[in-house]
Amino acid sequence: MKYPKDGKFGEFGGKYIPETLVPAIEELEENYLKFKENKEFKKELDYYLKQYAGRPTPLYYAKNLTEKCGGAKIYLKREDLLHGGAHKINNTLGQALLAKKMNKKRIIAETGAGQHGVATAMACAVLGMKSEVYMGYKDTIRQKLNVYRMNMLGSKVHPVKSGSKTLKDAINEAIRDWITNVEDTYYLLGSAVGPHPYPVMVRDFQSVIGEEIKTQMKKLSNKTPDIVIACVGGGSNAIGTFYPLVNTNTEIIGVEAAGKGLKSKYHSATLSAGSKGVLHGMMTYLLQDDEGQVTETHSISAGLDYPGVGPEHAYLKDTNRVKYRSATDAEVIDAFLMLTRTEGIIPALESSHAIAEAMKVARKSKRSESIVVTLSGRGDKDVEEVQRYLSKNDKN
Amino acid sequence: MTRINEKFAELSAKNEKALITYIMVGYPNESATISIVRGLIKGGADIIELGFPFSDPLADGPVIQNASTVSLNNGTKITSFFKIVKKIRNETDIPLVLMTYTNILYHKGYASFIAEAKKAGIDGFILPDMSIEESKEYIESAKNMADTIFLISPNTTKSRIEKIVKTSSGFLYLVAVYGTTGIKAGIQNYTLKAIKKVKKIAKGKIPIGVGFGVSTPEDVKKYITAGADAVIVGSAFLKLIEKTPKNSLEKSIASFTKSLKKQTILK
Repeated sequence: MKYPKDGKFGEFGGKYIPETLVPAIEELEENYLKFKENKEFKKELDYYLKQYAGRPTPLYYAKNLTEKCGGAKIYLKREDLLHGGAHKINNTLGQALLAKKMNKKRIIAETGAGQHGVATAMACAVLGMKSEVYMGYKDTIRQKLNVYRMNMLGSKVHPVKSGSKTLKDAINEAIRDWITNVEDTYYLLGSAVGPHPYPVMVRDFQSVIGEEIKTQMKKLSNKTPDIVIACVGGGSNAIGTFYPLVNTNTEIIGVEAAGKGLKSKYHSATLSAGSKGVLHGMMTYLLQDDEGQVTETHSISAGLDYPGVGPEHAYLKDTNRVKYRSATDAEVIDAFLMLTRTEGIIPALESSHAIAEAMKVARKSKRSESIVVTLSGRGDKDVEEVQRYLSKNDKN
Repeated sequence: MTRINEKFAELSAKNEKALITYIMVGYPNESATISIVRGLIKGGADIIELGFPFSDPLADGPVIQNASTVSLNNGTKITSFFKIVKKIRNETDIPLVLMTYTNILYHKGYASFIAEAKKAGIDGFILPDMSIEESKEYIESAKNMADTIFLISPNTTKSRIEKIVKTSSGFLYLVAVYGTTGIKAGIQNYTLKAIKKVKKIAKGKIPIGVGFGVSTPEDVKKYITAGADAVIVGSAFLKLIEKTPKNSLEKSIASFTKSLKKQTILK
């Protein structure tokens, strides 16, 4: 859906927000519409994406992994090679530049694994703006390296101790801050979630991934990829990968975090196991109990530990355009180790979900077919977490 | 005429403004809720807002957020909430307003939730994350069943206030300050101006209640003097409940309520 005027993807999305935020959301939408087609803005963003962030990223043929799986050719879209180590910088540069044009002096953000927080801190540093980041207390422990990075980049990190102490609560706190400081603060949301226009805006800034995949695959094989796969938490790297390919013949697969299994309570697979509801300003699929209380989630990957999902994904699921599957923590660790050992690339645990699915799909596909997996980030931040998992589960 | 409309008419005849009080049901526990309500009524509260807890109360500050968590941990469910409402209803005719978040109603279905709430004795709803843009089904489901009280912020534009006035019934909830519930921001000039602006647009068709950060008799007096038809006090009650022993809850609540109510009686 190009630009939904009412912010709706079918019945999903919308603006379920406290009244105090309405003028801020309206101001944001007005400015986004104004600048997204503005030549100067586009030129400036393009400059930062190329010269600062390192775009375009390579489309790497993972020959060893392909041979190991024995099926379709696996290509990796190397968002892990971007400055900061994740796709998050595409969106933060876009939004921080927009905030600057809007003369906002203070930027707030939330982060799960810390990659969005780091990317926000970087974009704000290079554009000369102040930033503060909300992060679930639990996530500050498991991703302490990213907390240090944010601090060094000049960003203040607020550990959030309420609720499940993860991303969902960091978003609640960021929204509370925004309500209180609405007149001079810009909320730089990290995923394709939240009230309209955030899901559309984040998608547009991340669509550079899918656009490049299209161009690069065309050069390689003169067609779009047969299959694309990306991991889905809130779903920003996935929607950025999928959106430019939605109107093509490419088969599209999103992969959620099945944690300890979909039948357990310990997962974050919102689309696979959730139901419709309203959270963080949007109507979408949610993990909730019989009473409509949002439930706690689990994933080995802090970046996917979120009980909601971007509303456009909810729409793509219901219209059957995209298949949503899931990978367990155990499958994710296997995929993480497999890519690390076959290709010498340490993937983020988030991206390892997509790798896990790609390995399954490749085995069942023809050798003539191509699979593009978005490697949304690098796994340096996850090394300790993987080590903990391996020693606990006696694996090596 | 709804219970809320009747209450405002009755107060107006007595030259009084309304004191609206908020408490969280199930905080600190179910039996205390009944004592607290008795105290509120004894102290002269005109309308009672009953909070139903939500896991993600993003428009609430730490005090209500904590009460919400305690209530959920105590096992407050929709059915137990309605049972408490029925118990309260057996004792009083005071207007009761349910304050919670959109997902609680949406999950059960707006029409079915509102019908059940009405049956239990609820007169109106406040949903801080329900915008007028998304309210069509909610409004239709509440029609002739319950009042739909929407919020207005000091930064809401004139044209939007006009829309909110048309969409709301019972009273309008003017958020006094930028921030979440319980915020200590003092009385701002922009709020006093907002009261005048909203009154002018509402043209007396619907009363205006001022809430968020209203915690003392002095606050109540200032907002009433500025022209508010009602004041809403919430977090201050929860703070009082937190520090009061259970056996003296009813008495302390009644005494604090009385001190606030006094300021709404015009001479």
